Amino acid sequence: MMDMTKKVPVREQDPKVRAANFDEVCLGYSQEEAMQEASRCLKCRNARCMGGCPVSINIPGFIKEIENGDFEAAAGVIAQASALPAVCGRVCPQETQCEGVCVRGIKGEAVSIGKLERFVADWSREHGIVPKAPEKTNGRKVAVIGSGPSGLTCAGDLAKLGYEVTIFEALHQPGGVLIYGIPEFRLPKDTVVKTEIENVKKLGVKIETDVIVGKSVTIDQLLEEEGFDAVFIGSGAGLPMFMGIPGENANGVFSANEYLTRSNLMKAYRDDYDTPIAAGKKVAVVGGGNVAMDAARTALRLGADVHIVYRRSEAELPARAEEVHHAKEEGIIFDLLTNPVEILTNEKGWVRGMRCIRMELGEPDASGRRRPVPIEGSEFEMELDTVIMSLGTSPNPLISGTTPGLETNRKKCIVAEGDTGKTTKDGVFAGGDAVTGAATVILAMEAGRAGARGIHQYLSEKE
Amino acid sequence: MFPIVKAEKLADRIYLMEVQAPRVARSCQPGEFVIVRTDEAGERIPLTICDYDREKGTVTIVIQEVGASTVRMCRLKAGDAFADFAGPLGNPSELIKEDPGTLKNKRIVFVAGGLGAAPVYPQVKWLHEHGVSADVIVGARNREMIILENEMRAVAGNLYLTTDDGSYVRKGMGTDVLRELVEKQGKKYDVCIAIGPMIMMKFVCLLTKELGIPTVVSMNPIMVDGTGMCGACRLSVGGKVKFACVDGPEFDGHLVDFDEAMKRQQMYKTQEGRALLRQQEGDTHHGGCGNCGGDR
Repeated sequence: MMDMTKKVPVREQDPKVRAANFDEVCLGYSQEEAMQEASRCLKCRNARCMGGCPVSINIPGFIKEIENGDFEAAAGVIAQASALPAVCGRVCPQETQCEGVCVRGIKGEAVSIGKLERFVADWSREHGIVPKAPEKTNGRKVAVIGSGPSGLTCAGDLAKLGYEVTIFEALHQPGGVLIYGIPEFRLPKDTVVKTEIENVKKLGVKIETDVIVGKSVTIDQLLEEEGFDAVFIGSGAGLPMFMGIPGENANGVFSANEYLTRSNLMKAYRDDYDTPIAAGKKVAVVGGGNVAMDAARTALRLGADVHIVYRRSEAELPARAEEVHHAKEEGIIFDLLTNPVEILTNEKGWVRGMRCIRMELGEPDASGRRRPVPIEGSEFEMELDTVIMSLGTSPNPLISGTTPGLETNRKKCIVAEGDTGKTTKDGVFAGGDAVTGAATVILAMEAGRAGARGIHQYLSEKE
Repeated sequence: MFPIVKAEKLADRIYLMEVQAPRVARSCQPGEFVIVRTDEAGERIPLTICDYDREKGTVTIVIQEVGASTVRMCRLKAGDAFADFAGPLGNPSELIKEDPGTLKNKRIVFVAGGLGAAPVYPQVKWLHEHGVSADVIVGARNREMIILENEMRAVAGNLYLTTDDGSYVRKGMGTDVLRELVEKQGKKYDVCIAIGPMIMMKFVCLLTKELGIPTVVSMNPIMVDGTGMCGACRLSVGGKVKFACVDGPEFDGHLVDFDEAMKRQQMYKTQEGRALLRQQEGDTHHGGCGNCGGDR
């Protein structure tokens, strides 16, 4: 008899084995395991998990179908709310969302909602279930800028409503952060990401790559010359931040964006691609978010000893719990309450180490977290050949700088209404990291969904 | 795909290609660049725009073979196509933002080194079309390496050629010519635009600082996406960190930290060489040379 207070454990690659490959870490549930886990769901009438989901998936609804063994029906329930279930099942921070409020979690472990969502999405892909395009379009054209989670969601929702949607992507491959940012071992590109993008295309969405909106074409040109009735901006986060400490431009110092882009988008880890990457033997990743964990685990797989250097304590690490857990299992060393003060270089301009200072937690700051303060006289040196800065991003000026009438805030993020994505410019909507600053995949999807709602309302009223 | 309508060898390992890219051709300006990728396995290579034809929808680029990706790129012929041709990227040249009236009274000199003649050309051409004639100095290693001579002559006020080995016109560097023009011929310039290898731009800047001529350089560091996302192209300008792709590629040459920029350019030298060797020698190369790591 199974213990109903505990999750059905999910199979994972052994940490020692996976530390040397780029294959997916988590292997997911089998049909039997999924049905067993589904039976743990209490099917609460007032389902708190749905309130915890940014896109309000009918969670007890799809879990009930899994329990009944009707996986296609389960996929149908999820598809009403999410266009990217295989992605969300893998990268959402469930512990702070749906699973965080699960009633099962009060006396035991929450239902493994994320793993069940992933199971349904993977099953659908393996069984060739594809979404159907609407029979005829309504003749209205919408341009979506960026093919990351917010853009794909917005485009998918609008296509289902009958709009003719074109996504413009600056890079050579669609997917945004799902392609260039999140690594293969967490989110397989060829199977999972490409299939989800194909599914959005099957709804009738066109994707044009290599178009840098703001440079190749402006938003005004899209509206006035190319016949689009509305535009959604989901252009993502933007420019990587650096600390501003001495030695930061030394060879061997990378932004996490560069390091991950070289490995993920440009496939530097594969011998059949030209892209070079300085893999490093002793690597420090500065920062404590999901991106920092991704960079650290990538460096580990490229053969390095890896340290995470983070100025606060473990409790404040912004990364998902599962990522921190996996990183530790794989042998990444966490230097917490530690802050870099200088990057040390050799005579040729390469990194040879990093001088750091120990920190302690003081009074809470504006974010509500206890402010880290340096401990005087505690400086020490780490011997390194590579430093990866994972400190967040600041908004990209390419669109805001070339679109008159589009207001940005003090942080240079685009100003947009939360529930409709409406910006200060007529016919232009926005959402995702371009509006909020760096956040999560699911929050970007929520914003894409809101943008689609806003555009539908705007164009319906205009008629 | 972006079809190549013309491919021509200009000099040893230097090729010119005219590419069908209507969106880029419609909106590009002198000083901007594109990111080109040959095929699925290729790198994203930043290349400055050499010329464009808005009506035909074509953009001309000049490529030099340096690593595995550019070697494969240069093998393409008219009728082939690039997988990707994204742009325009970067900011247009400062000159074209100025009022044509004031520009006419400006005394402008360009110094182009080697491949630098390619990005200099559209700026000189643009000035010529707006009734401004600029002096242009083009330097190269030898006669063979002088590119776009006739094209440049047609749009430049005065064209001065020089070769390092004296195999054509005269012996000497671009800096030697500039010094002579100013010190011996009494020429006066209000602005100098220098484009070429970093070491050449560094020496032009040292000279123009001495001569008191404000100087603009176009930086060509390592890049990945070219849209501001990766930060690989960062450099120090006047003590501040700038991204060549979104803040440049043009900067005040007297403020650029060239020594740091040149060190950064070396970053992937060994890896690029490694990929090139693997391509040339294929499975027959198993290392042993001690530096390429082909046996890794």
